[in-house]
Amino acid sequence: MTEIKENRNGFKDIVTKIGLPTLIIAAFWILTLVTAAFLDMSISTLLSDTIKRAGMNGILVLAMVPSIQSGTGPNFALPVGIVCGLLALVISIELGFVGIAWLLVSIALAIPIAVLAGYFYGKLLNAVKGSEMTIATYTGFSIVAFMCLIWLMVPFKNPKMGWFIGKGLRETIQLDSVGGAQLLNNFLEFKIGGVIIPTGLILVFLFFCLLMWLFTKSKTGLAITAGGMNPKFSIATGLDINKNRIIANIVSTVLAAIGIIVYSQSYGYAQLYNGPLMMAFSAVAAVLIGGATASRAKVSNVIIGVVLFQGLLTTALPVANEIFVGTDLSEIMRMVIQNGIILYALTQVKGGDK
Amino acid sequence: MDNVTGERLKVKRDSSWILDNIVTIIFVVFIVFGFIVSRGVSVNFFLNELTSRIFRNSFLVLSLIIPVLAGLGLNFGIVIGAMAGQIAIAIVRYFGLGGMSNLLLCFAIAFPFAALFGYFAGLLYNKTRGQEMIAGLIVGYFANGIYQFLFLFTVGKIIKVNPTHPMINPSGIGIRMTVDLVPVAEGGLKYALDNIAKIPFMWAVLIVAVSILALIIVKNLKSKNTKKDLMFFVNIALCILMIGISVFAIATNNSLMLVNEVPVVTALLIVALCVFNELIIKTKLGQDFRSVGQNQHIAEVQGINVDRTRIIATIMSTVLAAWGQIIFLQNMGTLNTYNAHTQIGMFSVASLLVGGASTSKANIKHAMIGTILFNAMFIMSPEIGQAMFGNALLGEYFRTFMVYGVIGLALGLYVWRQNKKLVNKLDE
Repeated sequence: MTEIKENRNGFKDIVTKIGLPTLIIAAFWILTLVTAAFLDMSISTLLSDTIKRAGMNGILVLAMVPSIQSGTGPNFALPVGIVCGLLALVISIELGFVGIAWLLVSIALAIPIAVLAGYFYGKLLNAVKGSEMTIATYTGFSIVAFMCLIWLMVPFKNPKMGWFIGKGLRETIQLDSVGGAQLLNNFLEFKIGGVIIPTGLILVFLFFCLLMWLFTKSKTGLAITAGGMNPKFSIATGLDINKNRIIANIVSTVLAAIGIIVYSQSYGYAQLYNGPLMMAFSAVAAVLIGGATASRAKVSNVIIGVVLFQGLLTTALPVANEIFVGTDLSEIMRMVIQNGIILYALTQVKGGDK
Repeated sequence: MDNVTGERLKVKRDSSWILDNIVTIIFVVFIVFGFIVSRGVSVNFFLNELTSRIFRNSFLVLSLIIPVLAGLGLNFGIVIGAMAGQIAIAIVRYFGLGGMSNLLLCFAIAFPFAALFGYFAGLLYNKTRGQEMIAGLIVGYFANGIYQFLFLFTVGKIIKVNPTHPMINPSGIGIRMTVDLVPVAEGGLKYALDNIAKIPFMWAVLIVAVSILALIIVKNLKSKNTKKDLMFFVNIALCILMIGISVFAIATNNSLMLVNEVPVVTALLIVALCVFNELIIKTKLGQDFRSVGQNQHIAEVQGINVDRTRIIATIMSTVLAAWGQIIFLQNMGTLNTYNAHTQIGMFSVASLLVGGASTSKANIKHAMIGTILFNAMFIMSPEIGQAMFGNALLGEYFRTFMVYGVIGLALGLYVWRQNKKLVNKLDE
């Protein structure tokens, strides 16, 4: 009797440790992979795409960690950082850089812009404690709409970015015209049994994961975590919570800026205007699928989450198209899973007085 | 509530008044600025656009008031109500029913759907206490996925439909992107409500101005408070001005009489909802909403079932939104199956906030003033872009920025001031 009970507890422990959403999505992904195998689809192509898309989105998802840890919740204002990155990217093109120089200059420009934006964004969040998520969402939306005006009015001359007639920048900028498409992906790329490994992309993602992990273990990182977990206690021990929240959101914004540059080079296009509008939600969903909550997140959550979520999305698209011809079920599924997981996380948020 | 505002006004009158109304002020300035720079906009064009938009949107904006009263904040989740309305419209349209009686049928069909959706949303809001607004936003996105599943996939695959029906995609699966609602004369729903009775615009202005004037005076006579503030006289002056303009226009039959006629029945429905919103505050339920909205702890102690009250508020809002969407669509004349509902939550919330509402305070006045100002901005923005930069697209982007910005600003200011008040209280 007791043994069975223990076993049950053991199973329950595993579920609680990994997290129910993570298990469900993982099971679902495996199910679609098996279905794909039965449908005679190329598993290696599906896995290659999964790895590529996970690497592409990875840093954007990583940007969730510092903001969640600091207690401001998932960074729904991810577009703030994203537009900083895009701005740096187009400035770098305008200055005439190509290839690897373009990428490095973009990142170098993105960091100071994002630090500045992140600072003011952090200040804003400190002023609206308790409703960070709602305000952050609308801050992100507003910034994207505001940047639409900038993209339309900016007097850049480079013909690679402009419309054929009229002023302003194009909606999508092709990056192979500056030798920027798949730069990182192609670096030391190799194949194992048909699965393409974009080494450069993966290395960059893991490098930032390592940096983030080191940051969470640093003195500042620990102070941020402490402030996020128990603000009152932290104030009592003399930590400057407001400062730490600002630092965390600067880090998050910078990661978003770098993240979109890495994303764009892998995608091959930079999407301006309303492209970044809804990007925060898929990043939030990914980290939550990885087992994070609205108040706790680790680097491991990011890696697991982004692989599972992107894996499921990449696999589900061709599988769904194969089974239900003529419908676009995968987009519907993305909406339901992505927003369902965010809603689930919201119901787990403690707070709000009854 | 009024007392608290009054006291606060006494303490810090000037700076507080501007902060209280900053969003409204920004919009008024923007619209006036628009009129100054863009000479191309004729008054009649502006009024035509504005009136049709007001009659289309007011009902939806008014559906947001009850949740604010019950302390749920701004219900971004009315999107799911709009979906219920569209489901009803799609059903009625599929069977080729039309006219006023079948519009009522639409209302009836939408009711159970909206009530059910509202119930689920209410349950969710009870689980996400303190984060209802973001939950409402996300629940709209979530429901949109299910809605698309229903309309794109279930219809034709699971629910058997006639594949040659003009509503259905040529492949026989899913409903088309746009569905023509067909004018009433041809057995459809277009203008089913609007075209029942119409009166000239200026007569409508006259009637509205006279009734508002009467309302102000009656209210003033009733209240013992003899102190009359500035706004009282401003309001009376405005009413008299409007009466003067309309009487002059009617008497001289000038160009203002050429503005499109306004739909009487739609207007009456909007007025009815206003009255309903006012009256419900006086009932037991309305008092419960208020107590729950002010403090859930105290309400619980008083023996009010807080969870149930909040769910009822959400259901009411959702049902009203569904009806609002039906009114909206019969005026549009086409159903944009996959887009018509997506922006409704955002635009309605922005309208209410522009009128001066906040997360915890919203009334009919806020809703009506907000609807007028918001839609005026919507019309003027491309014109300003055209006039100042020779680019209407710029104005359209600016308009989107205003929508998002206004919600962010109004909500942010509210939380900021709330937090400051809390800190002040702790200091004392």
